[in-house]
Amino acid sequence: MKRTNRILTTLIFIFLYIPMVVLIVASFNTGKDITQFESFTFQQYARLFQDSSLLELLGNSLIVSVLASFCATIFGTVAALGIHNLNPRMRKAAMTLTNIPMTNPDIVTGVSLSLLFVFVGTRMLGQRNSLTFWTLLIAHITFNLPYVILNVMPKLKQMDKSLTDAAMDLGCTPVQAFFRVTLHEIMPGIVSGAIMAFTMSLDDFVISYFVSGLDFVTLPVEIYSYTKKPLQPKIYAMFTLLFLLILVLMIAMNLIQVYGDRKKTQSRTAGI
Amino acid sequence: MKKRNNAVLLSTPYLLWMVAFTLIPLGVVAYYALTDPATGVFSFRNLKELGMYLPVLWQSIVYSLASAVICLILGYPVAYCIAQCRPATQKFLYMLVMLPMCMSFLLRTLAWVGLLQDTGILNSLLSRIGIGPLKMIRTPGAVILGMVYNYLPYMILPLYATIVKIDHRLIEAAEDLGCNGVQVFGRVVLPLSVPGILSGMTMVFVPSVSTFYISQKLGGTDTVLIGDVIERQFKQGNNPNLGAALSLVLMLLVFVCTGIMNCFGGDSEEGGVIV
Amino acid sequence: MKKMLSLVLAVCLVLGCAAMLTGCGGGEEKTTLYVYNWGQYIAEGDDDSLDVIAAFEEAYPNIEVRYSTYDSNEIMYSKLANGGITVDVIIPSDYMIGRMRQEGMLEELNFDNIPNYQYIDESFRNTSYDPENKYSVPYTWGTVGIIYNTKYVDEADVTGWELLWNEKYAGKILMFDNSRDAFAIAQYLLGYDINTTDEAELQECADKLAEQKPVVQQYVMDQIFDAMENEEAWIAPYYAGDYLTMVAENPDLAFYQPQEQGFNMFIDAMCIPTCCQEKEAAELFINFLCDPEISAANMDYLGYSVPSSASKEFLDPELAANPVAYPSEETLRNTSSFDNLPEETSRLMESLFMEVRNG
Repeated sequence: MKRTNRILTTLIFIFLYIPMVVLIVASFNTGKDITQFESFTFQQYARLFQDSSLLELLGNSLIVSVLASFCATIFGTVAALGIHNLNPRMRKAAMTLTNIPMTNPDIVTGVSLSLLFVFVGTRMLGQRNSLTFWTLLIAHITFNLPYVILNVMPKLKQMDKSLTDAAMDLGCTPVQAFFRVTLHEIMPGIVSGAIMAFTMSLDDFVISYFVSGLDFVTLPVEIYSYTKKPLQPKIYAMFTLLFLLILVLMIAMNLIQVYGDRKKTQSRTAGI
Repeated sequence: MKKRNNAVLLSTPYLLWMVAFTLIPLGVVAYYALTDPATGVFSFRNLKELGMYLPVLWQSIVYSLASAVICLILGYPVAYCIAQCRPATQKFLYMLVMLPMCMSFLLRTLAWVGLLQDTGILNSLLSRIGIGPLKMIRTPGAVILGMVYNYLPYMILPLYATIVKIDHRLIEAAEDLGCNGVQVFGRVVLPLSVPGILSGMTMVFVPSVSTFYISQKLGGTDTVLIGDVIERQFKQGNNPNLGAALSLVLMLLVFVCTGIMNCFGGDSEEGGVIV
Repeated sequence: MKKMLSLVLAVCLVLGCAAMLTGCGGGEEKTTLYVYNWGQYIAEGDDDSLDVIAAFEEAYPNIEVRYSTYDSNEIMYSKLANGGITVDVIIPSDYMIGRMRQEGMLEELNFDNIPNYQYIDESFRNTSYDPENKYSVPYTWGTVGIIYNTKYVDEADVTGWELLWNEKYAGKILMFDNSRDAFAIAQYLLGYDINTTDEAELQECADKLAEQKPVVQQYVMDQIFDAMENEEAWIAPYYAGDYLTMVAENPDLAFYQPQEQGFNMFIDAMCIPTCCQEKEAAELFINFLCDPEISAANMDYLGYSVPSSASKEFLDPELAANPVAYPSEETLRNTSSFDNLPEETSRLMESLFMEVRNG
């Protein structure tokens, strides 16, 4: 039972990674065709770095996702604090509202926001250019917010209320109590919310596809139009580099976490 | 009393934001759905045209339910396996599941096109051992494969999150009371992982039912999904009104489906969505 | 946890700074010109071609071009018509220019800024879509035909548009993914006028297209390049100029035009939409593309036909003599071009095509 389970798990990991291997191999191919490996080359990487437009698109994606996840994290944490202290009925309503973008299909969110922006921008304000960087940012913040809230709320719930009370008894102002106690307690939720928001934002295609205009386009949206044309292999090179970057980041975070846990348990056992 | 005021103060901007950018846009969608594309006056014309798309809608539901079920069958053992590893290994494997989610799903799907097409990698490997070109791409199977591939991590992560939380003493208790391995699984582990199953199913079903890229790339002429149709109305067809009507239908469908799923699972405020 | 947070923050900061740098690097007082063109429709510097946009930016250092692409006239139209974007230069086809002109979506050009218009041949002026030559400057022209792979397709079957219905090649046939081009093929096959507004005829064409659906591999536009080049598909209707691009990659491809049934001839021309914000720069760009040497270098790469004899002089002689790019009068005898259809007809055609596709 256990062994078959292991084998199955390995197979599924292979299944998850095969397409990526294909793309990585394709980045070293001299030919354009992903299905035929001609000979080995680093040329695609050289081409990638000569192509300023691709790097600019990557920059665009990073700008949007960093800004959107940053704003959403702060805004969302503040909101979570508020919602946590609302009366139950209001809290339920707020959570329902939060869940709408989560359960709504991306395409509906994208379509509805794009119709809203065009409706308000073009019909009501008479603007010619209503789909801009700012609308894209608003859209990203909107779909990022629920991730932050849903990550922070449980931490608030778990938090021992007497902690803040104790802090205030010891002379902290409510603001101080928040920064010294509450924030510290809910930090894991904030961090995981921020990370989720960032990754969702970085890889979002569907919503950006409907909401972006022509003057500010993110990488996934442009890749979509690339995939309709004969794809240039330098895109595979970029994929490979991003893959490595994310892999290294994740491993680094993993190591730090494991190291941190070990230290914690050590100090705990030492304390006992 | 003061706390209440603070709460209202802190949450109001957020609530206003969400109303402005989720509820009002849905209102705009409804407005577009109920106006005539040519004249811009109120009409049911778009709604009447919807009937034509019922088969497409049905097909989307079938495909995405199939992919959700397959994801569950494939994802459960993985999640279970990860949950039984040592903590450090767990973290590492968890990361390996997360990682594909961070990479461009467009390109990963495109890699499947290269793998599956008639002149593709799999077929050329197969032809070496003498198996003639199989028709893999542009079949319903290919579309479902694409969905399973893309959304499997969304199944594994919530499942893992619930399985790992299961109290080991319960399993031990069941074993002490004479359950064998299968019974322990069927009577203890599985029922306790229902919230994870439900949220995983939802997280696979919703993006699958609304996808357009996967069916465009891996599907053929007869695997059109509702997402394709909506995308076409907005981009090619220049009929945002009909597109809006279709979006409304899709949204209702998703709410009904997730509602049904949540009924099965009882009321859990956040489900297992939190990773 | 704190360490993790600081790591995350550090990464975000670094990424953010990098993003800011790449994003705002070249932002000094430049005019940004938005060009919206078909995919694969300008030489971009690969395969030793001229990078037209880079050359333009070099010639006019204070203008920065932002280039984006569309798949079909209809996509471009709906983007512009539904608002939300600004573009300065677009390159629609004939019938779409007619439609946009009638709907007041095009700006009158100032030909003082486009002196190179003099090189455009007489036969490409006073067209039906722009009778007074006020709104458009021809970019290319071309014809539609069937591209097929001689390795797999029996020459005996290549008799006319019905090749696209041939069950022998089921699953290997590609079809246009835009209603106008797809309907035109059915109309030529059935012997109807491609500009018909007759509902019964359109319905009949839709039935014909529905009949074709089981043998069609995929409805595509630009994806045709890959599919034909790597032999994933064997037969496809497409534009002559793109055939020349494809045959360079795969010499087994051949081009056929059903002269008896007729085929479509089109002109794509550069226009300035009313949402334009940099009209003068846009006119400079249009003028630049009409420069005989530039347009010759551009067409060498594209394979489309150039509407100016002056440019033809600079063209690769092999291309200039190619009967696919420059067919004889005799070949063009039975061609017809698209006119702008009434709104109601376009809508009907689009919804019939949707019905075909969603079956």
